[in-house]
Amino acid sequence: MNQNNNSNNEPRLMKGNEALAEAAIRAGIHAYFGYPITPQSEILEYFTREMPKRGGVVVQAESELAAINMVYGAAGAGTRIMTSSSSPGISLMQEGLSYIASAELPCLVVNINRGGPGLGTIQPSQSDYWQAVKGGGHGDYHLIVLAPASVQEMADFVFDAFRLAEKYRNPAFILADGALGQMMEKVVLPEAGSLPYHEVNWATSGMGKRKERNIITSLYMQPEEMEQVNLHLQKKYKAMQKEVRFESILTEDADILLVAYGLGARICQKVVELGREKDIKIGLLRPITLYPFPKDEIARLAIRVQSILVVEMNAGQMVEDVSLAVNGRCPVNLTGRMGGMISSPEEVFQKVETIIEKQTLTLK
Amino acid sequence: MENKIPEEFEVVYCKPSTLTDMPMHYCPGCGHGIVNKILMEVVEELNIQDKTIGVAPVGCSVFAYNYMNIDMQEAAHGRASAVATGIKRVLPDRYVFSYQGDGDLAAIGTSETIHTVNRGENILMIFINNAIYGMTGGQMAPTTLIGQVTSTSPYGREAAAIGNPLKITDMLAQLPGAYYVSRHSIHTSNAIRKLKKAITKSFEYQKEKKGTCFIEVVSNCPSGWKMTPLESMKWIEEHMFPIYPLGDLKIPKEESKVTKENPN
Amino acid sequence: MIKGTVKIDEEICKGCELCIVACPQGSLGLSSHINTHGYRYVELIKDNCTGCINCAIVCPEPAITVYRQPKTTKSKVA
Repeated sequence: MNQNNNSNNEPRLMKGNEALAEAAIRAGIHAYFGYPITPQSEILEYFTREMPKRGGVVVQAESELAAINMVYGAAGAGTRIMTSSSSPGISLMQEGLSYIASAELPCLVVNINRGGPGLGTIQPSQSDYWQAVKGGGHGDYHLIVLAPASVQEMADFVFDAFRLAEKYRNPAFILADGALGQMMEKVVLPEAGSLPYHEVNWATSGMGKRKERNIITSLYMQPEEMEQVNLHLQKKYKAMQKEVRFESILTEDADILLVAYGLGARICQKVVELGREKDIKIGLLRPITLYPFPKDEIARLAIRVQSILVVEMNAGQMVEDVSLAVNGRCPVNLTGRMGGMISSPEEVFQKVETIIEKQTLTLK
Repeated sequence: MENKIPEEFEVVYCKPSTLTDMPMHYCPGCGHGIVNKILMEVVEELNIQDKTIGVAPVGCSVFAYNYMNIDMQEAAHGRASAVATGIKRVLPDRYVFSYQGDGDLAAIGTSETIHTVNRGENILMIFINNAIYGMTGGQMAPTTLIGQVTSTSPYGREAAAIGNPLKITDMLAQLPGAYYVSRHSIHTSNAIRKLKKAITKSFEYQKEKKGTCFIEVVSNCPSGWKMTPLESMKWIEEHMFPIYPLGDLKIPKEESKVTKENPN
Repeated sequence: MIKGTVKIDEEICKGCELCIVACPQGSLGLSSHINTHGYRYVELIKDNCTGCINCAIVCPEPAITVYRQPKTTKSKVA
């Protein structure tokens, strides 16, 4: 498709959802299939406006179920495909995601997380962390999960997601939230055409000149065969571990380490500043990939810091992965709000002060 | 009887090259085998094996990819037409079909079915209606007849409790996106010949990007119905046809004009 | 009358008998033997096959190949 339209690289002011959609067009997606849901409808709207002009395919499906299965079909046919939704819609997509993961089809799924459970709220939340990083649907599988924290990353991670998805033949997932989707920030969009799509030999695109037909399936009736498929997937997930990415802010001399991702990490940046102003050495580790998870880095820091505070916009989900990585090396605390509420930097800083007091920490 | 084939004899019918060598798992006398075969005969005759992609979802149809020697995707239960939509939209010059059973197409996938046809996706949907869930062991389907005994309607299907058989093909024929809608059967060799013609026509329409072609095949399930294959064919005639009468439900406007002017 | 004959893959045949009733000549019948899958397979029982292919059309497996005597003496021109 024509990616060059509207593709100058000057900084511009854009909504997170729209920056993500424009980046996807520049990444050369062949088709987008989606269904409206707040707070991500701008993504579908952007594609329905832009794709016809720029030679791509866009279908507003009858449901998220249909959308993810259109993704399954089109990704299986050997094209670069994405969909997006928000929490309740992502729940509906879990069936398809499980099939896609088992059939090893590269694609991108975006979740602009809103507060749950149930119909919940349309405000930003991080309550879908478990669903994103533990698989989400049935069976043993993982998605590659990237967590942007700015509009710039909403755009950039589309490219990273497709690069990883196609490298590992695995669905990639961008876990953002309603605030990142709706906020406007300065963004320099990735250059169009900089992510060439390589033809694959496994696609069900019609046999053409091939002698052997291609089959895309996740059905293996013999348990021996199904076990082999699982072993293969697990091997792949192990190989993916080297793609782990995180951002460290003043972690090396920190007494208190904050661990937060996405919007939560932006709040924590301010907390680090508040601490440093009062000579409290706070550092921040921001996982960029939630799967694979930066467990080695957390384990390394756990020996150096006196306490860890995990800040999440949920009831405490990532804190379990942090605790596993820390493995008792230092105390792990949790703070956060739920249901679409966002902690203020001051609230988080107060929690840091409480920890210092309760743990009677002697700060360096 | 010793059967020596005289040298001068010619082969007039053999298994199409578009079927694989794998023996079919379907029960003896099952209509699935017949439709799998006829479909692949058409693909062979139209010489489109290299550009045809099939989608077969959960149900007895799920193993179709073992037999059809073409690129195929297995789909989740009910989602075949959405998967086929995805394929066709990115590869519009290929021939794409879905091959679905009644539980798949008319129960769990009703929404996908209706919207695919309503969008007029340029695909062929083949709907095997045998009034039962075959693969899971003979449970009641949306198309199960009133009074029909299945493992989940052990006293016979009652309209008051579970509704009437869903005539989804009649519903779909009302949608503007449907270009050709026809109901066929596999109970005799003539019926199968007609079915083959309908499939051939559907692929030709697909080439011309006319819209969705939908073929219902009133079929059997000897195992699920607890009958011999021959009894099941009789049962189709006696019990299925009154509810699911054979014939075209929608034919292209151009052709219906021709038919009116020249009834012969 | 046109002469024809059939070859039935007895290992593929599941003995469903659809071909037996489809045959207008009554040429087919169930064997008294069973194949390795335990099915009584179909075989030609009369020498009156016309090669009409009805049996093969209704065969789900498909296990039947049909042969027919050429209508006229074939000229060998390709």
